[in-house]
Amino acid sequence: MRARNRELFGLIPASLLISAGFAAVFIQRSNQLSTVSLVYGGVFLGLCVVGHIFIRITLPHADPYIFPLVAVLACFGIVMVYRIDGATFARQQAQWFVVGLALFAGTVIVFRDYRKLENYRYLIVIASIVLMALPRVPGLEYAAQTNGAYLEIHLGSLTFQPTEFGKVGLVIFLASYLRDHRQALAGGRKILGYRMPPLKHLGPLLLLWGIAMLILVFLHDVGSSLMFYGGLLAILYVATNRISFVLVGVVAFAAGAWYLSTHIPHIDSRVDAWLHPFDPKLYTAPGGSFQLANGQFAMAAGGLFGQGFGQAMLTVPGSHPVAYLIPAPGTDMIYTVITDELGLFGATALLITYLILCARGFKAAILARDSFSKLLATGLSAILALQVFVIVGGVTRVIPLTGVTLPFVSYGGSSILANFVLVALLLMVSDRARRPEYAR
Amino acid sequence: MNRSIIRLFGVVILLFTVLIVWTSRWTVFDATALQNNSLNKLEFFATEKIKRGRILADNGAALAESVRAGGGTWTRRYPYGSLFAQAVGYNVLSQGQRDGLEWSRASELLGKPTGLTSVFGSFNGGPKVGDDVHTTLDPKAQRLARQLVVYAQSHYMATAGSVVAIVPQTGAVKVMYSAPSYNDNDPSKCKFPGCSLVNYATQAELPPGSTFKLVTTTAALNSRKYTPDSVFNGNSPVTVSGHSLENDSNYSYGRVTLTKALTDSINTVYAPLGVTLGGSLMQEYMHRFGFYSVPPLDYPAKQMIASGERFYKGFCGNRLDTPKLVPVTSSCVDVGRTAIGQANLTVTPMQMAMVVSAIANDGKLMEPRLTSKVVNTDGQVVDSVRPQEYDQVMKPKIAAELQQMMRDVVEEGTGTAANLEGLSIAGKTGTASTGLCEHGLPVNGNCPDGLPLDDAWFVGFPLNDPRIAVAVELTDIPNGYGGQFAAPIAAKVIQTLLGEKP
Repeated sequence: MRARNRELFGLIPASLLISAGFAAVFIQRSNQLSTVSLVYGGVFLGLCVVGHIFIRITLPHADPYIFPLVAVLACFGIVMVYRIDGATFARQQAQWFVVGLALFAGTVIVFRDYRKLENYRYLIVIASIVLMALPRVPGLEYAAQTNGAYLEIHLGSLTFQPTEFGKVGLVIFLASYLRDHRQALAGGRKILGYRMPPLKHLGPLLLLWGIAMLILVFLHDVGSSLMFYGGLLAILYVATNRISFVLVGVVAFAAGAWYLSTHIPHIDSRVDAWLHPFDPKLYTAPGGSFQLANGQFAMAAGGLFGQGFGQAMLTVPGSHPVAYLIPAPGTDMIYTVITDELGLFGATALLITYLILCARGFKAAILARDSFSKLLATGLSAILALQVFVIVGGVTRVIPLTGVTLPFVSYGGSSILANFVLVALLLMVSDRARRPEYAR
Repeated sequence: MNRSIIRLFGVVILLFTVLIVWTSRWTVFDATALQNNSLNKLEFFATEKIKRGRILADNGAALAESVRAGGGTWTRRYPYGSLFAQAVGYNVLSQGQRDGLEWSRASELLGKPTGLTSVFGSFNGGPKVGDDVHTTLDPKAQRLARQLVVYAQSHYMATAGSVVAIVPQTGAVKVMYSAPSYNDNDPSKCKFPGCSLVNYATQAELPPGSTFKLVTTTAALNSRKYTPDSVFNGNSPVTVSGHSLENDSNYSYGRVTLTKALTDSINTVYAPLGVTLGGSLMQEYMHRFGFYSVPPLDYPAKQMIASGERFYKGFCGNRLDTPKLVPVTSSCVDVGRTAIGQANLTVTPMQMAMVVSAIANDGKLMEPRLTSKVVNTDGQVVDSVRPQEYDQVMKPKIAAELQQMMRDVVEEGTGTAANLEGLSIAGKTGTASTGLCEHGLPVNGNCPDGLPLDDAWFVGFPLNDPRIAVAVELTDIPNGYGGQFAAPIAAKVIQTLLGEKP
């Protein structure tokens, strides 16, 4: 079967998922059954087919599994958002999906040869850093910081999470920068038996370590910082094949994070909530461990197979105004709702879907024939995996909780847009790598 | 480069494995601990969406029922309010407060989980409905009990009062009323005095007075040390534990039989008798009657206390703020005064109802219970509560002797006020000194400025038809003779309950 037909067949699970999901929500809320809501499902599925046709025309050789996997995640996401936040949010999510697809198409068309991006790498890295600094710019600063971290800006009525785009920009920069400097970094003079890379090549990397620390200081965000820095180490490792860089990097990050977490009150309280979510004082404190503890209670209620779709208790019954048991159920805490309703099996299936998506990304990196493409695909796949790790690890208490989105599943415009750009780049790398004329 | 990409993917697999392991920790391995965490209110909230079963009286009247509240939730309504509030309790989930049968029978009322809850859980739809709990409580007798206790409060200045009626053969509790009660439709409005969430019938610390002589008599007869005809010196006063002890009005009876001593409730016979019987024998019989344990009633343990010698902080080596139960064998205990129901002995009306119920049932004590059966929405009996024997306290022959002695109490002794025509009630009065005075403070155990306050008791059953046993207690009545105030109440409650039965 040809790759594109396989992709089309791959959309079947997504269509089944979305029909079954919406049907379940309907049956659960039989009193509010309306054809209007069914239309969202149909439209969403139609959008997936449109995306497929676009890829068929523009990227005929690209990996056939990446887009269906994204469609499965997005369909699952919209059903969850519909179930959690209702029709309005589901419609908005679908609208963002349309914009995301447009951005996807735009990226593919504008950067037909994505290697042109290398020419703009300094522009891109500066733009990314500026974007990420925006939440602290007076006037754009979100009045009430979400979860104590500065991740959002407000433009009129629009909320925007610039870090979502920042992550893509930084990966592009790193891939390009390390393509040029990997040889030099891998080499260098031996000092006391350790091959020390020349300082001038190391400088920009130290700068990035500094940026990760600054994210901690200014954005109060352990998770994002971990995500960027992990992406950096991943690309660095693949570029130089030197595990010692990773080890030094991990130690440096851990040292910095430890120092800062003990000296910045917000990070300190975040760590406390992570370590002692059931401490009554932390539980009742504003911005304390209430969310984390109730997320765990929700997961415990799910068990092996879950309570069933639509069965999780998200709000205090009969409360006016609605009091959320799990704050942010459609965004940060969506994984706990999924685990509550679909159990350990459902949650594992979701994680494995992400894992397969990453595997396809790494596959594209392996098939790619130039260093930039390899590093770019590696970096994008790694940062996607890290984002999943940061949010799922956050709610499951592997690491302190940080409010990043679960890619394609959580409600949120900027996340969908940025991740569509990420997928577009991955597919372009893959398409180029698998083009038959290069294979010969 | 490809090799490092594969290794990197290995790291990603490792990270995701960690995520799956951690998720399984919370969903499976630590799930029970998380569900039992006191901060976890999910179960509480989930129950608000269940239509809880009704709590029904023995005639089928609903004592508690669920009515719709907003947002798919249900709330509880108690049609009888304060009449059954102590027994039925209440259920305010948002504050995590539950009491009474609403608590002790919560799992039945919520309906035990049935079938598989799975991914298809949403398809079985419909609101969950709990099972109905049928109680043994009798609204007519309960209402009469309230009427009589409230009368005693308004006319005799009793501050509180309790009535407990038990079917001796089965342990079925027909009446459990205590005043002051509260409106369980709105427990938050309850303010002391005049309203109390405390169930005096199972939670009060009351001196039993002479009703306790039934326990002393049981110990004396069943141990074969004495018979009803054993002769004692009934002169007053006597010295017990180094202190003088008098009969009522310091009356001297001369040489009397044990039957006569019970009939006229002679302290100067019973206190020395208790000393002679000794702490360990008294302790044994108290255990047999259920003292020193929380009553085996299907009622929340936090709403019941055990009866026995109770010492407060600073006494008998108790350094705690909570009172401590001390066995009668302890050197702190004045066994002679325990034998007449004074000293530091405190009991609950429920405990005294158990005592008289055991005597009425030929010495066999049945576990008291409030529930008769649990019925699901299809009308099937899910659980029928079988009578359970607690202990054979004394031989049937001894019980028969004691019953006859108690009949004498009502026929010609302190309890004549309970002697209703057609009912040969047997019983025992109690006039327990509280050590308090109507006005002013006591001086050397006397009240110079007014009358002493007593707890008036009567425990009894109809000897010719012992299908009901009753304990009545009225708190802090000036000169509150049990025979005068409590005995008529007991007789009327017995009469009503017997009259209803076929």
